[in-house]
Amino acid sequence: MDLDRLIKGGLIVLVCLWMTVAVVFPVLELLVRSLSNAQGEFTGLANFSRYFRTPALAGSLTNSLTVSLITTMVSVSLGFLFAYALTRTAIPGKTLFLGIAMVPVFAPTLLNGIVLVYLFGKKGVVTTGAFGLLERVTGMALRADIGLYGPVGIILAEAFYTFPQVVLILSIALRMTDARLYEAAQSLGASPWRSFISVTLPGIRYGLISAVFVSFVLCFTDFGAPKVVGGNYNVLATDIYKQVIGQQNFSMGATVSVILLIPTVIAFAIDRFCQGRQQAVVGTGSVPYSPRRHPLRDALFLTYCIVISCAVLCFLTTAFFVSLVNVWPYDFTLTWKHYHFHDTGGGGYAAFFNSVRMSFYTALLGTCLTFGSAYLLEKLQETPLLRRIGYFLSIIPLALPGLVIGLAYIFFFNNPHLDLPFFPAGIPNPFNFLYGTMGILILCNIVHFYTVSFLTATTALKQLEKELEMVSESMGVPFYRTCFRVTVPVCLPAILEIALYYFVNSMATVSAVIFLYSAEIPLASVAVANMDDAGDVAPAAAMSMLIVFTNILVRLVYTLLTRSLKQSAQAWTAP
Amino acid sequence: MGQYPEHPTMETNSPSGDKVSPPRLPHGNGKRGIEDFPVAPEEPYLQARGITKRFGRSNALRDVSFQADKGEFLCVLGPSGCGKTTLLRIIAGLEKQDAGSVHLRGEDFSNVPVSKRNVGIVFQSYALFPNLTAAQNIAYGLRIRSRRRASIQDRVESLLRLMGLSGFGSKFPAQLSGGQQQRVALARAMALSPHLLLLDEPLSALDAQVRLMLRGEVKQLQRRLNITTLMVTHDQEEALTMADRILVMEGGEVVQIGTPMEIYEKPATPFVASFVGSMNFMGRALKETHRVYRLGEIRLHVSRGDHVTQGSHATIAIRPEDIVVNRISHSQNSLSTKVVSLEFRGPLYRATLSLPLGAAEQCLLQADIPTEKIRRFGISENGQLDVELPSDRIHVYAA
Amino acid sequence: MSKPSRFILHSLYAAVVLFASVFHPLAEAAEVLVYTALEDDQIPRYLESFKQQHPEIQVKIVRDSTGIVTARLLAEKANPQADVVWGTAATSLLILEQEGMLEPYAPKGVERILPQFKDTAHPPRWVGIDAWETGFCINTMEMEKNKLPAPQSYADLIKPEYKGHITMPNPASSGTGYLTISAVLQLMGEKAGWEYLDRLHDNIAIYTHSGSKPCKMAGAGEFPIGISFGYRGIIQKQKGEPILTVFPKEGSGWDLEANALVKKTAIKPEAKVFLDWAISEPAMKEYAKSFAIVAAPTVDPVPEGFPKEPMKQLIKNDLHWAAKNRSAILDEWTRRYGAKSEPKK
Repeated sequence: MDLDRLIKGGLIVLVCLWMTVAVVFPVLELLVRSLSNAQGEFTGLANFSRYFRTPALAGSLTNSLTVSLITTMVSVSLGFLFAYALTRTAIPGKTLFLGIAMVPVFAPTLLNGIVLVYLFGKKGVVTTGAFGLLERVTGMALRADIGLYGPVGIILAEAFYTFPQVVLILSIALRMTDARLYEAAQSLGASPWRSFISVTLPGIRYGLISAVFVSFVLCFTDFGAPKVVGGNYNVLATDIYKQVIGQQNFSMGATVSVILLIPTVIAFAIDRFCQGRQQAVVGTGSVPYSPRRHPLRDALFLTYCIVISCAVLCFLTTAFFVSLVNVWPYDFTLTWKHYHFHDTGGGGYAAFFNSVRMSFYTALLGTCLTFGSAYLLEKLQETPLLRRIGYFLSIIPLALPGLVIGLAYIFFFNNPHLDLPFFPAGIPNPFNFLYGTMGILILCNIVHFYTVSFLTATTALKQLEKELEMVSESMGVPFYRTCFRVTVPVCLPAILEIALYYFVNSMATVSAVIFLYSAEIPLASVAVANMDDAGDVAPAAAMSMLIVFTNILVRLVYTLLTRSLKQSAQAWTAP
Repeated sequence: MGQYPEHPTMETNSPSGDKVSPPRLPHGNGKRGIEDFPVAPEEPYLQARGITKRFGRSNALRDVSFQADKGEFLCVLGPSGCGKTTLLRIIAGLEKQDAGSVHLRGEDFSNVPVSKRNVGIVFQSYALFPNLTAAQNIAYGLRIRSRRRASIQDRVESLLRLMGLSGFGSKFPAQLSGGQQQRVALARAMALSPHLLLLDEPLSALDAQVRLMLRGEVKQLQRRLNITTLMVTHDQEEALTMADRILVMEGGEVVQIGTPMEIYEKPATPFVASFVGSMNFMGRALKETHRVYRLGEIRLHVSRGDHVTQGSHATIAIRPEDIVVNRISHSQNSLSTKVVSLEFRGPLYRATLSLPLGAAEQCLLQADIPTEKIRRFGISENGQLDVELPSDRIHVYAA
Repeated sequence: MSKPSRFILHSLYAAVVLFASVFHPLAEAAEVLVYTALEDDQIPRYLESFKQQHPEIQVKIVRDSTGIVTARLLAEKANPQADVVWGTAATSLLILEQEGMLEPYAPKGVERILPQFKDTAHPPRWVGIDAWETGFCINTMEMEKNKLPAPQSYADLIKPEYKGHITMPNPASSGTGYLTISAVLQLMGEKAGWEYLDRLHDNIAIYTHSGSKPCKMAGAGEFPIGISFGYRGIIQKQKGEPILTVFPKEGSGWDLEANALVKKTAIKPEAKVFLDWAISEPAMKEYAKSFAIVAAPTVDPVPEGFPKEPMKQLIKNDLHWAAKNRSAILDEWTRRYGAKSEPKK
């Protein structure tokens, strides 16, 4: 056995090990807790039966399902039309529209709720008809109370939250369809409607299924929006929060987490299955579809895109406006005072800069870890079985909602002993030191957003032939040298994309870190939640805006970087 | 298998009592005398002994043995899935054999990692580093040997010149044509003056014309640098034109090793016969006497096939180009056939002939007939045609 | 193969350095980790005198609603993080005491604290600093607009005209919420108390997470009546919001904000320094600016907006009863009102 091989094998073992510690152990611990009482004694399914016997709690499951299903229908329909406009019509400004549609990704979901309160709450702009202004001007009672608090608010906020994801998935699916199928349909004399039913829909069916499940899971597991606009309409995600934080009942929190996990895992399994199928649908010989002009259709879709984009921008503007108004709705003088965070909780600017720091580290370490792991699993030949296990472990985090990861991390990392099944009792937990540090937040974020990043890295790596490694090996060039000289430079766009993804999501996420942040390290997104809890809504909006602006700024830097990268790499990418 | 004597010719299937022996060719495809080689028969340059490799339950390679001399061009020929690429990867050190050993200059390097074997590898996909220029690609392995910058540059320049790529050194792979890319890959493989050059279907991804041109260039280069080369291919024409010797594989085993001429003239098995060139398998015939076989109701004189015992059956076969067309024939094995179809192929026609073997039986034969003869004899579809199957061109395979 | 091993070593070293920078304790100076449920806008003001007296000690504050601070402390029972609990409901501290999580300590000057404001044990396991009480925050502008009179009592709150206009804190997460519920149950007796709460529930628009949010929502006019606590309404009126604070006629529920030392293997001397300061004269003076009732008698006047004789406003409250029954009451409350949308029988 030569050293080179030993090192490679060792690195793959390391990949599997860190995934085990960061994913498998905490989830196992969570499962154990869900089957135990508060004293840690094994009680089987007692927690579950108690949960389902408490009507108020069991109702949350129905509520969660209802809200998620309706949100999914709304956001998939809206998202489909938008994605269709971006891919299948000849409207101008597609890049701009897509950019605007992605904006909600940059904000914590709490902000969606906050903005809705200011638009549709009892004193909202819409509810009061711009405070009676519209009535005075037009003479008509132009106002509407939509009964925001409850399912209506949750659905609106979640639809806003899941819309960008749906658009992204569907526009990729729509772009992948083979143009030759349309030519075939046309030559057979199919009407546009007929070819839509017989070509378009079947062509994107897996993308559609994927969009449905992604938006379902996002909505099902989000707790930011229901927390703000849910009123007393309980959902599973807020139940976990209330059980853990209000009732101090961690084992029940674990139980609800497991209940939350079941539909998520099912949706995840179906989605993975469909993703595999989607790739099989598109052959290598397919011809990209390029839409032709069609005045009426294009005009309709352009109007639609403008309306949606305006809604998104209006949302953002409202949030910004709210953060500037002195005393809503009594004193509309503009002020920066809500950006001082003097009298509010959450940690103010310390929290904000912690978040920036945390997101930066998450992006840095996460990108290294993700790309490194993907590289080792994809490009090395050693230990095929271990590599397959590593790959499987890398896919799992996609099925884990942030709240579940956060709770599982508390259980695992704050336990001074490794109390896991199959382990002898009393072994000290070597990872205990992480608890209460920024390290656990970073690890939690990395795991929370791992799979998408991992798949991005894998896709990029797959585009490089395996033979490159063999050639360099035959020349006696060590693998890591080729990795840094060739693989990394070629994959740089994907690497930057991963870093951006980690940064933006770490800035905005609430669910994964709300249980984990420690006194020493307040976080911006958690501060938003805390300030909203305390009723300091305008500062909460201000903090959200800081997050949004930071993310937009980072996104701009990313765009500039990739643009210059593209230019310098043009020589070797263009044929 | 592996019981074939490997060098210089294959004797197993060349019966000593042939009336007409095939011409003895000098080794090395006629261009180079056997005496040119610094022969050290007791110590071959490259030797593979009993190599076996399993993937799961299936055998990828079974007991493969062969050897090659210094400067020899060896082709491994076979259909896809026959294990030829696995063999190459084992020789390269990219794959580890389950049994057997690989020796270079008498030294066992079965356990030497690929990085220490000093082999140059060229893949079908070129496998060029996309973000490095042609020159950087070629210099890639040189830099790790920490040579002086200037000497690296000289080496790269001379390799570029050798490959006819002068002036292309600063181009990126994406800016080069397929043929140019493969030349860069070749230069890169040669840069470290490897002990062995391993080519894995190097020409398959190229256009037909470029492929033809590069065939000659590669062969020439190999000859000039006198570098021992192992090339894997599924293209029989490539193997026949480029190789000094061909190693034909089927189902993970070596079925024949020999010069291109030997492989073509005396295919050891029906598989080799049909894989290299075309072959008419006429059916099972009964050996009646020493040199006479009966097929249906016709009798054929055959000058080969001494390994078949009298009274037993054997498959007899003939290549389409060996079928002789005579208007008036008095020779042995003269047969009357009917032309079923004619297919124009430029200099010749591929004719499908129907040969009656009895009342109901018949056998279809493919025959390559020069266009000039078709014209002269006025051969047309559905017409009668007398042909001769020369007794020394008929192959016999024990059933 | 020296090259790969050197490379691996370098990478490992870089990784260790990077990780170390992430996990390294942020400050070297002596520091105290303080968990508190005091209001966000009170803490900086209170801490000023501590910073002057003890510039060498760094104070790390974790602030959250009472229920959450309690939950955190309980969750970390196996591995306590906090050094000190400051200004957190006595009912919660009593639970921690039952769990054996508090270290008895008599801070300097504890004798000045009135006996009903501290633990009876010697040395005491907890020491109170002030009392806070139920107060209704009422948005006068919205009430006028809706032509509604301001409710003056618990009894008023269940009048049908207030339906949908009232918010109150969820007692599970909010100390204010719990003390109000516990006051109602103690005032009216359990049976009548729950019946009252049933009717109150019909009028409640939203249960909020924190005790201050109902008041802030009232301030924003979103829901004009918020069951909250005195300080909140008074401070918001000072900020210019149209808020009137009403203390219910029947008497206000109340709880003590109290301090305690957390039991852990290494108790820092700085923690005790902090507790000493937390009941010192300058600290008490600051508390007295926010609260009508502080644990050590001061000469300072009752802040503007509070009843002139604050002690009279308080109901007779058995904190031990409230602590002992907390879990049972919250369970019952959750069972009854946990999901507002549940169809009622």
